[in-house]
Amino acid sequence: MSLLAYVVAVWLFVVGIYGVVTSRHLVHLVMCLSVAQASTYVLLLGIGYRKGGQAPIFGDIPSSTPVVDPVVQALTLTDVVVGATVSALLLALAVQAHKRFGSVDPDELNALRG
Amino acid sequence: MTRRARSFVALAALGVLGAVLVVAVTGLEPFGHYPGPYGDVLAKVVPDERHTGQLVAATVFDYRGFDTLGEEMILFAAVCGCAALLRVLRSEREEDEGAPARPVPSFAARAMSAALVGPVMVLGAYVVAHGHLTPGGGFSGGVVVAGALLLAYAGGQGLRLRRVGSITMLEGTEALGAAGFLALALAGLIATGALLKNFLALGTSGMLLSAGTIPVGNVAVGLEVAGAVALVFSEFLEQALLEDPE
Repeated sequence: MSLLAYVVAVWLFVVGIYGVVTSRHLVHLVMCLSVAQASTYVLLLGIGYRKGGQAPIFGDIPSSTPVVDPVVQALTLTDVVVGATVSALLLALAVQAHKRFGSVDPDELNALRG
Repeated sequence: MTRRARSFVALAALGVLGAVLVVAVTGLEPFGHYPGPYGDVLAKVVPDERHTGQLVAATVFDYRGFDTLGEEMILFAAVCGCAALLRVLRSEREEDEGAPARPVPSFAARAMSAALVGPVMVLGAYVVAHGHLTPGGGFSGGVVVAGALLLAYAGGQGLRLRRVGSITMLEGTEALGAAGFLALALAGLIATGALLKNFLALGTSGMLLSAGTIPVGNVAVGLEVAGAVALVFSEFLEQALLEDPE
């Protein structure tokens, strides 16, 4: 049980990459990449979790309460933003590819280029 | 390589990778036993040093503000790239100048959007402004504000006229936010000799105006994120409207 969060992270990563490799649609490919990226959120938050820890915000709780790690949460925030921008850029490229090649199948783009 | 062969190769390789990763994570600290020390140090010093209890905001906008500066620039550059990629296609607009305008969105859609724009905007501003007190902040609040802007498009004439509001204004908002955060960083350098130093009065913990530069950074990031998200969505929406003439 203590490994569950980490194993979920590994699973998300592996299944996301498998989707990227076998994808037949560029938008689907970007979504698979997002799934793989989500594994890093799970891993980071899993590492920072502390049994019985509260959210790291001392508003309504005394500042002596044990809290989960705020540093990995800040890292995850950065991660989410970078993930969103990567998706946006790749989707913009997918729109371009569709305009230029008339197809969103990665394999056909390959054939056209060769 | 056929699709089937590629699937097999991918499955085999990823199976090995997954197994290795699982072995690797068994070497991590057991789940729920975070070893520290950085989080513990922050939990100890932030309330006294920065007069705020929001440890994540203090990390993002103060102690590790330099990382956020880099992240801001990544966001800015990526959105510029998106805009540039989608803008090339705008010449296509000239071709369908004569196409008939799209039908007006239904009354229910317009009424709902119009009713929601105000509350959603206020919620976004609230989340941004209270980023140093409660969960939220510039990043999440900025996305909520962008949602309000998109509601305004959905409820307005944007869809009918096939153009989505003022792109220039969104670009300006985004640039203003990015420049604001940079200016905040440089202001710390000028005022105290250290980049991103928290140089404003810290105030009373728990008040809206407290924690020095942290809420200012939240507002700057909120502006940038709102501009960026709304800009990217408008560019894509415009593409969609171009692609689908009827």
